[in-house]
Amino acid sequence: MKIVVLSSSIVGTKTKIALEKTVQFFEEKYAAYEVTLIDLAQYDLPFSDGRNYFEYEGDAKYVTETIMAADALVIGMPVFQASMPATLKNIFDMLPVNAFLNKVVSIIVTAGSPKHYLIAEQQLKPILAYMKATIVPTYVFIEEKDFLRTDIVNDDILFRLERLVEDTVHHVEATQFLIEKQDAMYDF
Amino acid sequence: MKQYRIDQTKGMEIGLYTLGDHIFNPLDGQRISAEQRIKQIIEMAKLAEQAGLDIFSVGESHQTFFTTQAHTVILSAIAQATKKIKLASSSTVLSVHDPVRVYEDFATIDLISNGRVEIIAGRGSRVGAHQLLGVDLQDYEEIYEEKLELLKMINEQDTVTWEGKFRAPLDNAEILPRPLNNTLPLWRAVGGPPASAIKAGAMGIPMTLTTLGGPAINFKESVDLYRSVAHEYGFDPATLPVATTSLFYVADTTQEALQGMYPHIDIGFKAIRGMGYPKQQFAQAPDHRDSLMVGSKEQIIEKMLYQYELFGMQRFLAQIDFGGVPFDKLMKNIEIIGNDIIPAIKKHTAQKEGDE
Repeated sequence: MKIVVLSSSIVGTKTKIALEKTVQFFEEKYAAYEVTLIDLAQYDLPFSDGRNYFEYEGDAKYVTETIMAADALVIGMPVFQASMPATLKNIFDMLPVNAFLNKVVSIIVTAGSPKHYLIAEQQLKPILAYMKATIVPTYVFIEEKDFLRTDIVNDDILFRLERLVEDTVHHVEATQFLIEKQDAMYDF
Repeated sequence: MKQYRIDQTKGMEIGLYTLGDHIFNPLDGQRISAEQRIKQIIEMAKLAEQAGLDIFSVGESHQTFFTTQAHTVILSAIAQATKKIKLASSSTVLSVHDPVRVYEDFATIDLISNGRVEIIAGRGSRVGAHQLLGVDLQDYEEIYEEKLELLKMINEQDTVTWEGKFRAPLDNAEILPRPLNNTLPLWRAVGGPPASAIKAGAMGIPMTLTTLGGPAINFKESVDLYRSVAHEYGFDPATLPVATTSLFYVADTTQEALQGMYPHIDIGFKAIRGMGYPKQQFAQAPDHRDSLMVGSKEQIIEKMLYQYELFGMQRFLAQIDFGGVPFDKLMKNIEIIGNDIIPAIKKHTAQKEGDE
């Protein structure tokens, strides 16, 4: 099973810190899973121009193909102007309409204000649903005060991240079960 | 219909189209060489002619997993290898070519083939051709509209005086050679949403509409709009032919057809669109209401007649070679189309003299 953890902003540090912690939880508990962290800050991506994702070159081809090959995607995003970063929307724009069919997507949000709590619900989830994702219902919302410099210091967040990791894996397994059940119906 | 060489007393035309895709056969992981693939396409056209199909068409794509980039050259080889089957492009990606050059090529093939060739001009659903041949995707829509208008003008006039944005002007230019009967059928290739069908209607140009899957009735909007817009713009829809196209696989039983087609359609979609064909959707495809042409011959006949009822089209084009289908399976498909499907469809769709 392949899991891609996507740090979807090219600026800031908090989202990436939360995702590195998440990767650590995956590795501790689910060593058999192959976990890849993609930090968009490390890549140089053009804006989507409507071509097929595999027709991009270089970084864009790597990032989109890695996401498409995953069984689960953990999206980490900060909130910018009451929405997702443009760099994350750009990834969605590069992918096919049904890109997340049979894929599990879970969400980690960092924000400077608790007023942004519903942003993932109202802005991100509709796009994921449109793209046919199996969405892990509960997401982890992290505020600035939960960090001290480069560490997460709120135990509640750490517990929640652990649960998100478990939920993600369980959803992947359940999705796999659904696919097998469906395939068993057909003899082609 | 006569100017488009369509005789409705003979019933709906049935033909094949290929995109010239060059994909691994998923069953053995092997890919034949480009040389073999091209020769097979020419062979397929000969078999189609022998089996009594009306038309064979070849499309172009300029990227990995395709082999008919020079589709006019292949059509010209097919023109030489056949005697009576109609030939067409499916489609010519007009946006990336000079319409003058396109017309010269097709008019030449028309002379080689004794007046059998047609142009189906599209704007391309893949971007490879644009990049390779230096056309800015930003101009995707306008460049196609302009070039199609010019091509239509060249087809209808002996000398052309024209000025546009994307090509040097023409001043009383004679575009030579002329086709056998001075013009040849020129169609607009239309996919998915109705916007393109509306444009085809407004231009009063025949339409080839692709129906790659999903409920056939979803495409009725495009066909109805095409005809009503044509009427609005002063054309008589009864004189404008409509063709539909679909992926196609027929076998002796439904099960055999599903098993025979699925690995190919799945790998083909993976290679070209980056995602396979969902099994659940594929399992519904033999239903007569679904536009994907897969099933037993009885099911295919039922599907075609149902679509004929919906669309009243003059031609149906089948794509049987998508996704590395081996040649013996192509032969089998052509055989069933010729022996069983064509006679049944023609019988039910032939119009009496004066029906038009």
